[in-house]
Amino acid sequence: MRTARAKVHPRRNLPSLLMVLGVVSAPLFAGHPQPKNPKEEFLVMPGEIGHSGGRLVVSLRGEPKTLNPLIAADSRSREVIGVMQADLVHINRATQLTEPALAKSWRISANGLTYTLTLRQGLKFSDGQPLDADDVLFTFRVYLDENVHAPQRDLLIVGGKPISVRKADAQTIVFQLSKPYGVGERLFDGLAILPRHLLEKPYQEGKLGQIGAAPNQWAGLGPFRLKEYVAGQRLVLERNPYYWKADTKGNRLPYLDELIFVFVPNADAQVLKFQSGETDLISQVGAENFSVLSRQPRGYTMVDAGPGLEYNFLFFNLNDAGEKSSPEVLRKRKWFREVKFRQAVSAAADREAIVRLVYQGRGTPLWGLVTPGNKRWGNAVMPHPARSLDRARALLREAGFSWRDEPGGETALFDSDGKPVEFSILTSSSNADRSKMAALIQDDLKQLGMRVQVVPLEFRSLLDRVTQTKDYDACVMGIVSFDADPNSDINVWLSSGGTHLWNPSQTHPATAWEAEMDRLIEEQMSARTFTERKKLYDRAQEILAENQPLIFLASPDILVGAKNTVGNFHPAVLEPYVLWNAEQLYLKNVPESASR
Amino acid sequence: MTRRVLTRWLIVLLGLHGLVVCAGFFSPYNPAEQDRNHVYLPPQLLHLVDPTGHLHFRPFVYPWKLRPDTPDLREEDTAHPLPLRFFVNGAHYRLLGVFPARLHLFGGEDTRICLLGTDAYGRDQFSRFLYGGQISLLAGFLGAALTLLLGTLVGSVAGYFGGLIDDALMRFAELFLALPWLYLLFALRAFLPLAVSPLKAFFLIIGVIGAVGWARPGRLIRGVVLSAKERDFVRAARGFGATDRYLLWNHVLPETRGVILTQAAILIPQFVLAEMTLSFLGLGVPEPVPSWGNLLSNLQQYSVLVSYWWMYLPALLMVPFFLGYLGLASSLQERTETYMIERRSLGGVT
Repeated sequence: MRTARAKVHPRRNLPSLLMVLGVVSAPLFAGHPQPKNPKEEFLVMPGEIGHSGGRLVVSLRGEPKTLNPLIAADSRSREVIGVMQADLVHINRATQLTEPALAKSWRISANGLTYTLTLRQGLKFSDGQPLDADDVLFTFRVYLDENVHAPQRDLLIVGGKPISVRKADAQTIVFQLSKPYGVGERLFDGLAILPRHLLEKPYQEGKLGQIGAAPNQWAGLGPFRLKEYVAGQRLVLERNPYYWKADTKGNRLPYLDELIFVFVPNADAQVLKFQSGETDLISQVGAENFSVLSRQPRGYTMVDAGPGLEYNFLFFNLNDAGEKSSPEVLRKRKWFREVKFRQAVSAAADREAIVRLVYQGRGTPLWGLVTPGNKRWGNAVMPHPARSLDRARALLREAGFSWRDEPGGETALFDSDGKPVEFSILTSSSNADRSKMAALIQDDLKQLGMRVQVVPLEFRSLLDRVTQTKDYDACVMGIVSFDADPNSDINVWLSSGGTHLWNPSQTHPATAWEAEMDRLIEEQMSARTFTERKKLYDRAQEILAENQPLIFLASPDILVGAKNTVGNFHPAVLEPYVLWNAEQLYLKNVPESASR
Repeated sequence: MTRRVLTRWLIVLLGLHGLVVCAGFFSPYNPAEQDRNHVYLPPQLLHLVDPTGHLHFRPFVYPWKLRPDTPDLREEDTAHPLPLRFFVNGAHYRLLGVFPARLHLFGGEDTRICLLGTDAYGRDQFSRFLYGGQISLLAGFLGAALTLLLGTLVGSVAGYFGGLIDDALMRFAELFLALPWLYLLFALRAFLPLAVSPLKAFFLIIGVIGAVGWARPGRLIRGVVLSAKERDFVRAARGFGATDRYLLWNHVLPETRGVILTQAAILIPQFVLAEMTLSFLGLGVPEPVPSWGNLLSNLQQYSVLVSYWWMYLPALLMVPFFLGYLGLASSLQERTETYMIERRSLGGVT
């Protein structure tokens, strides 16, 4: 899960229909054409046959903090790491289904507790050293080591116990779970396999956190490896000559010689660089910039990839204020904790206007947490009530609020103690979209007589207020799920979660409905079939819609662009939107003779 | 001659400020009112001649319609002219902040007429410009008044008494000159509660402007006082036994009048700019209250910059205000100088 531009680490574990069968094998892409080295078992990728050579330039919004997957938590780092590392089983960002990666096949036992993975033959790290089951064992030992503090550790604790890993033979690894896990083999997505030959020593010395990605320190299994890093300017990656994927003609991927990330401080600068042709790809374009770029495209194409997995919402501070708080704070919390108050705000929010004004129509209004980009998990029967100020007023009246005419022709809302309803909404100052949403809601609520102020705040301090000091009234925020599976945002929905935004890290669920949410979420995690999980999750969505802890507003489309010379450009609605198939991207204008 | 120029500048400024002070009357709409169906509408030009060449005495505008087969380009819909109505009743406002009223100079019949176009929320830019001027100019006025008051106080005390007091006050003033006031404001804002009401934010701005702005005029006034207290008539008065207070109030301070007026004419636009800078950075009065800085902060976004040229118009319209103040300042200075020369030559005769 990614909060706005924040770097909260995800629980990224997904279910799969294939799970239902209990057994998975058979690569989605059948056939193993003649690899050039007979000992290597290539993964063959369908798609246009490109030609080798050339360099692709992409802008990155700021410098990645690290290239070490064991400590990386920010989205920029993850974007780069994504093309330098590889996992055992991978979620195809386009189909949203799992496919074999370093493991050519896997098998899940009938009771759902034992996963047996078979490695591909002839795998080599980017420094030419071979990979075997010992590297995989080492990798999971490191991830599970509490002293390493790897963000991945959370994902590997199932039913309160760490997964145990054992080697069956040089190519076969067996994972043992203590409890069935709904997400199945999706668990392995994003878990980079580490080079034991380079990291064993630093690990013994407890220095893993200080390791960077220099070629003598690190080797990966991704399509690219580090070539040059110029602080503050760019990061140059070169092709990994030992990469394990090939196209249908048997050419080893990736096609590109180099992939260059240039560091650009903000969205507008990214747009300018793309417009002037300095960069080849652009993703996460705002709707306004998208229409600027689409107006006179010079040698590039802009694509609206459709609804993504980002949901934006307004939420109120539902934390227990404590007895020491000022009467003003206590009074506000009393309104916010009144479910009818939240329902009234939801009824008054003009979601259509948000889509039109903020996203220029390139988005979808939301009434629940599942965005239209998520095909499988939406609750089809959830109501989508149209905006109604009358309903909002009726709800407020039921909750004991009343209106009084103010001099100047305005009507103000007062609570049952005769105090005027005034509060502030926080937004991230760096996110123009959400500031705009807040301004629209401010005006919507003014029509109910609420006096609302919008307070733009730097994102770090905003997150600090929401999750640490809890000193705020309301906040407009957004979350980008990593995957369509509900477990991707589990920390938001569990009352004990650190990003249970409206009232984080509770020791006991504060309300009955939060307790039920907890139960539903826990149950769906170990439920064995999709139908079973879906049923539980549908109920969870209904509870959210009823209680409105988050007032869902809208979801933007994924807007991306590429130069016309970039081949195999197939943007996905999952992160990384344009680089997920980096190994297949090629440049059409590189002369054939130059290719190898 | 200078007097006539001075009067001319004064009339120009009075006219401009009249527009802003009576913003409620001159602007057709409430500046915070959103029209979500008409966002980023280009300005509507006032027409007197229709496409057939007929002259109309009642000005009219054309509504905007989307050009066929374009997503966001607009053209004037000449088939449906919208005549301007004068002295219409519309949004409630308070004239001069006191008298409730509904009368507006002009307005449309049922469609809104936006002479400067609309912004991202469909708010009328013309109304926002006039109302925004109220905040920005008032900040300039009050800021200048506060700094001049403080400056005169400190400057005259320092200049008149001299010695240790002078040294101490002037070093103190230098300290204030050296203060990075923008960061000071950032720091100050961090101590305040999260949501600051527009009124509080406004007085905060003025407070900050006053607190950091007094040093320069203070030094200037000290100089004038320093030379004034050595004048023959001041010495004479002292010889007759006048008290310090009497001398300061009746003989020394009147000498600073010219400088203070000139300084005021220079400081007001400077502080208007200061307010604009703060609002531009989001430290000024919070939206949706308009101020000139808030209006300009729309231009921070690249897409607005290249797509909606009329968002620059408020900046253009601010130019006459600043020009007016500069003209006033220079003719005031000229007047002070001639006055000084006259005084000096007169002094020689007596």
